[in-house]
Amino acid sequence: MFDLSPAEWTAIFLSLRIAVVAMIISLPFGIFTAYALARWRFPGKTLINGLVHLPLVLPPVVTGFILLILLGRKGVFGPYLADIGIVLSFRWTGAAVACAVMGFPLMVRAMRLSFESIDRRLELAAGTLGASRIWTFSLVSLPLAIPGIVVGAILAFAKALGEFGATITFVSNIPGETQTISAAIYTYTQAPGGDESAMRLTVVAIVISLVALIASEIIQRQAEKRLASFE
Amino acid sequence: MIEVDVGLKLGAFDLEVAFGNGGGVIALFGQSGSGKSLTLSLIAGLMRPDRGRITLDGKVLVDVERGVFVPMHRRRIGLVFQDSNLFPHLSVKQNLLFGRWFAPRREREIDFDKVIETLGIGKLFARRPVGLSGGEKQRVAIGRALLSCPKLLLFDEPLAALDMQRKLEILPLIEQVRDEFRVPIVYVSHAIEEVVRLATTIVVIDAGRVRAVGSPGEVFGQVAAHAAEERFDRASVLTMRVSGANAAYGLTELKHSSGTVWLAGPAGPIGGVTRIIVKATDVTLSTRPPHDLSIRSVLSGTIEGIEKEGPLAMVAIALDGEGRLFATATRHALDELGLDCGVHVFALIKTSALDERQMVSSPRS
Repeated sequence: MFDLSPAEWTAIFLSLRIAVVAMIISLPFGIFTAYALARWRFPGKTLINGLVHLPLVLPPVVTGFILLILLGRKGVFGPYLADIGIVLSFRWTGAAVACAVMGFPLMVRAMRLSFESIDRRLELAAGTLGASRIWTFSLVSLPLAIPGIVVGAILAFAKALGEFGATITFVSNIPGETQTISAAIYTYTQAPGGDESAMRLTVVAIVISLVALIASEIIQRQAEKRLASFE
Repeated sequence: MIEVDVGLKLGAFDLEVAFGNGGGVIALFGQSGSGKSLTLSLIAGLMRPDRGRITLDGKVLVDVERGVFVPMHRRRIGLVFQDSNLFPHLSVKQNLLFGRWFAPRREREIDFDKVIETLGIGKLFARRPVGLSGGEKQRVAIGRALLSCPKLLLFDEPLAALDMQRKLEILPLIEQVRDEFRVPIVYVSHAIEEVVRLATTIVVIDAGRVRAVGSPGEVFGQVAAHAAEERFDRASVLTMRVSGANAAYGLTELKHSSGTVWLAGPAGPIGGVTRIIVKATDVTLSTRPPHDLSIRSVLSGTIEGIEKEGPLAMVAIALDGEGRLFATATRHALDELGLDCGVHVFALIKTSALDERQMVSSPRS
């Protein structure tokens, strides 16, 4: 039963590509947002924090629809993006954006915790030793937050693999372009005789997610061992 | 040369301090919560004062009125924390070189090898802070601050987190740092032994205010009272000659014009001169030479002053020959024994209260 059809392979590779790209594009924004929320005090912090977490509590379909309104071909920013050659709606790139937005709260949460757990005095020590804020961030805060950053990235990746509602609303379900594993499973369950394909993809989804979670667990444990001196 | 004159309000706490010196070691001495560590944070640039100025070698670091605030990374002030704060993700060597890398090349005057040798940390280079003992961590922390070639070195209770053995190991190293690298030092501590041993100038801080400034002898010898809880911190600094040793019992005999003191542990070569610190609470008074007592250290002198505070009293004794010694007693005991100014007394000191920490290794003029 484990002969995957070309269509299934396409869905799997597309899913992986979308998830990886979603994770990579959200990484710098995630690190910046997490650090700002963990360390800075600024007006509107609560609002920013709320906005970041919104995709976590909104129905995914709503998030997808908002993306459509904002970034769609006839949306608020869509035409301007199209002018500089970026078209997102009904493209795999749009699926990546949708997945990035949905995974963002998970990513920021893990990273923020990691930044917050860094002993503030280590950053002060770096400062008294002559390191400016940017050097302190790159040489002390960032390396010490690596465990949380890796966990955040993997969580965002896993979330992207499983994302369905926002993606299908924003970029539809086009085989070979925006049909991810989740969307493909959905399609197969809607068609007669698709159960076997759906089952195969389900197993693949479980395996990929498990591997990602186990990897994050291992990386986190190793990093904790390496840095175990916060006592 | 550091000049500080700042004020800061933090909730109910109000700090107003002003002091300065011409080099050497300034010790900020006071109880915890007195504001001495806060003062250090202001000097290092970790916090901003509400008013005032801080200058270092004539360069303005903070001037609130003129809106000057040099950020901490441009102050070139090294800070050694109580709990070392080494970077856990870097090796010992990387920790040591961290600040040096930021120092301008021309100003890297402090020799790397000499620091490593002085602190005895060459063997630790490849290790990570996780595996180091408390004493080793603090040595590396001192080295790290020193190697950044600071214009001023700050110590914030660097020995407070260490056990007695480690304290005795690190204290002489700080003395060596003071003597060999010629970096001015501001040292914060609530331990008399440390500040008397290290400081050229002691600034006593209590409840956010400077209560006294002077040399160790002057500050701890003042008859004028500081805050009530502080008076039992009062101690006497006595210059004595090493006159003999009892190797079998591990004791050292010290002679003073007014008597003999036995010290537990070694105290340098016979014939040498040393200073010891005697806390007022470790002294007992007697009107006659002691008999049948376990006390071996006895000095004699005449009472020259008594300050009373509730049920207790602080007695100042002019020792026969030279020097002054403080002793605490209850008012009741003073009345029963008829102790008053002009009475000749014997001051008994428990030898077990005196150890190497009480010694100032090389009296500095």
